[in-house]
Amino acid sequence: MIAGLPPIVLSAIMSSVVLGFVVGLVAYTTLLERKFAARMQSRVGPYRVGPHGLFQPIADGLKLLLKEDLIPAAADRTVFNLAPVVFVVPCLMIFASIPFAPGIGVADLNIGVLFFLAVSSMEIVGLFMAGWGSNNKYALISVMRAVNQIISYDLPLVMAAMVPVMLAGSLKLSDIAKAQEGGFWFIFYPVLGQLGFLAFMIAGVAAENRTPFDILEAESELVAGFRVEYSGMKFGLIQLGEYAHVLGTSFLGASLFLGAWAGPGPVWLGPLWLFIKAMVMFLLFTWVRWSFLRIKVDQILAVSWELMLPLTLGLLILTSIVIVMRGPVA
Amino acid sequence: MAEVRAIDYTGSERLTMNMGPQHPSAHGVFRAILTLEGEKIVGVDAVIGYLHRCHEKLAENLAYVQYPSIASKTDYVAAMASELAYVMAAEKIAQFEVPKRAQYLRVIVNELQRIASHCLWLGTWCLDMGGALGGGTSIFLYCIRERELVLDLFESLVGARLLYGFHQVGGVRYDIPAGWADQCRTTLNTIEQRLHEYEAMLHDNAFFEARTRGVGVISSALAQDVGVCGPLLRASGVNFDLRKNVPYSSYEDFQFKVPVEQEGDCHARYRVRMVEFRESIKIVRQALDSLPEGPISSRPGVKSLGQVRVPKGEAYARVEGPRGEVGCYLVADGSQKPYRMKWRGASFSNLAVLPYILPGVTVADVVAIMGSVDPVFGEVDR
Repeated sequence: MIAGLPPIVLSAIMSSVVLGFVVGLVAYTTLLERKFAARMQSRVGPYRVGPHGLFQPIADGLKLLLKEDLIPAAADRTVFNLAPVVFVVPCLMIFASIPFAPGIGVADLNIGVLFFLAVSSMEIVGLFMAGWGSNNKYALISVMRAVNQIISYDLPLVMAAMVPVMLAGSLKLSDIAKAQEGGFWFIFYPVLGQLGFLAFMIAGVAAENRTPFDILEAESELVAGFRVEYSGMKFGLIQLGEYAHVLGTSFLGASLFLGAWAGPGPVWLGPLWLFIKAMVMFLLFTWVRWSFLRIKVDQILAVSWELMLPLTLGLLILTSIVIVMRGPVA
Repeated sequence: MAEVRAIDYTGSERLTMNMGPQHPSAHGVFRAILTLEGEKIVGVDAVIGYLHRCHEKLAENLAYVQYPSIASKTDYVAAMASELAYVMAAEKIAQFEVPKRAQYLRVIVNELQRIASHCLWLGTWCLDMGGALGGGTSIFLYCIRERELVLDLFESLVGARLLYGFHQVGGVRYDIPAGWADQCRTTLNTIEQRLHEYEAMLHDNAFFEARTRGVGVISSALAQDVGVCGPLLRASGVNFDLRKNVPYSSYEDFQFKVPVEQEGDCHARYRVRMVEFRESIKIVRQALDSLPEGPISSRPGVKSLGQVRVPKGEAYARVEGPRGEVGCYLVADGSQKPYRMKWRGASFSNLAVLPYILPGVTVADVVAIMGSVDPVFGEVDR
């Protein structure tokens, strides 16, 4: 029945499903993170709203909706109001290129990885608009740091993501997934896989502005960074965008390194396996976040340009040499 | 004398930014007007006084039996130290004897207070450097967990958790209840064990090292010029601890080391305080083991306002608090109230070093340095 529909209707249905899924997932990953962090800190975490705090994300969302929406008198109203939308759209769009199972996904582009990385770095436009439009000094310093950091870390992130791309010989995410079928996930590829995964994790944490690289938010220095003037649902949108970005990166990491939907059991379990792997990635990011102190902006930039970039570039060259010698995996 | 760099607010490249009085890492209500060039600080104006509560005037209007519990409120993180300074000043003028048991109890509570205060320092400092949504919170919550144990001890001793009124002129007001010594030993063992956990998280942690090594260096000369005290002074290579140099309240009876570091940076201050944690634990154990029998005060318990009268005279008493020298200068006129009183707050003189060391660092370093100075604004503003 579904197969008989015209393609445009089909993709409209699919994108609505994915969008709903992502927004719901974001709400519940906040709960997951809070529970996980609470356990790390020998606390219980949200527990009051519903059994085991299960309705906490809904309560949070309702609270944000009911909050007064303040716009600072000195703010550039157009830019200020537009910024959360500009920020959240690319963060949600990245899910378009992720195939959740063979043939299930909004658009399995032949340049899927490239699309993902390009669109996800577009969030910087929204960030900058938020910081500039707020007309707040903390926000301005925050976005100044943001521009530096995101440009610096997108390069190593792209380099690290190119390792599985070269191993699979395709930029298409479903081809990369197929190359890993049969238990040979790219993280198991000797040396290259592990180094690539490590570089992807580090650059990923930095590109998502999470501790130890969360200098944009840096609430002990810049109060709340670029979102200091936002309240109510605009603040909610920014949070949604951030978490969607982290989740997107987790899904990408699971697709590139952890074998995507490959796993034991029947084929229809594929999306579940991908979901579990993405959650593992997410918890890895969370674990790093709640364990380390933040480092300074100049140190972050030094790590990127002096360490990450040359190393990932070297890794890429090494990968190409290996591939020339042994041929691609798929 | 080191020069404070003159601040030039002009120039199109410069940005004046207010840090405080309402700021997440202000540790109270402190306002620093920072002049920035990009992220670099070129000038700092420190504004204090937001928490002024007329403590010194209050002391003139409260009797000697009343004020010790108000003295708690100057440095509310280390209430025991300021109480002790006040009663010691009064005892010095009147030349009241303090029984040995009371002296030992004073040592015990003061060292426990140092542990509690350092717990809060480590937690909030890491919170400043690590973020409310990051690793800093983890350490903060661990530290608060341990501080609570010490506050539990105080609660079963005095009945209060933060502001005690434990000391009185001539001794202390409460004796330790049955079983308290064992509870105290258990707590000390737990904390000693947990200190290893903190160090496992922080020692050789590249992020922690990157934030603290070589940051906010106070040279030995600058430290003495400005008059910083306590752990800051000892981290700058000056071996001065009132407990050793001018012993009071029987501190000469106990064996302990005074840690001294030469670097003068944030990491040196961290190392000094981590050793102080352990030395305090050692002192409390010794005091518990050798706690003499006898009365806890040379004066009767508090019944009326005029019970303590201090003859005409003046005296200065100094105590090594967790943040440094807490001094109390008292002028008595023979009545039941002091004629004049002056506090010397450790945080106040430690804070004075900021304008010398902040220019040249980045915004991120400001919070690391502020945290390592460990100011309590109740004590700065009084």
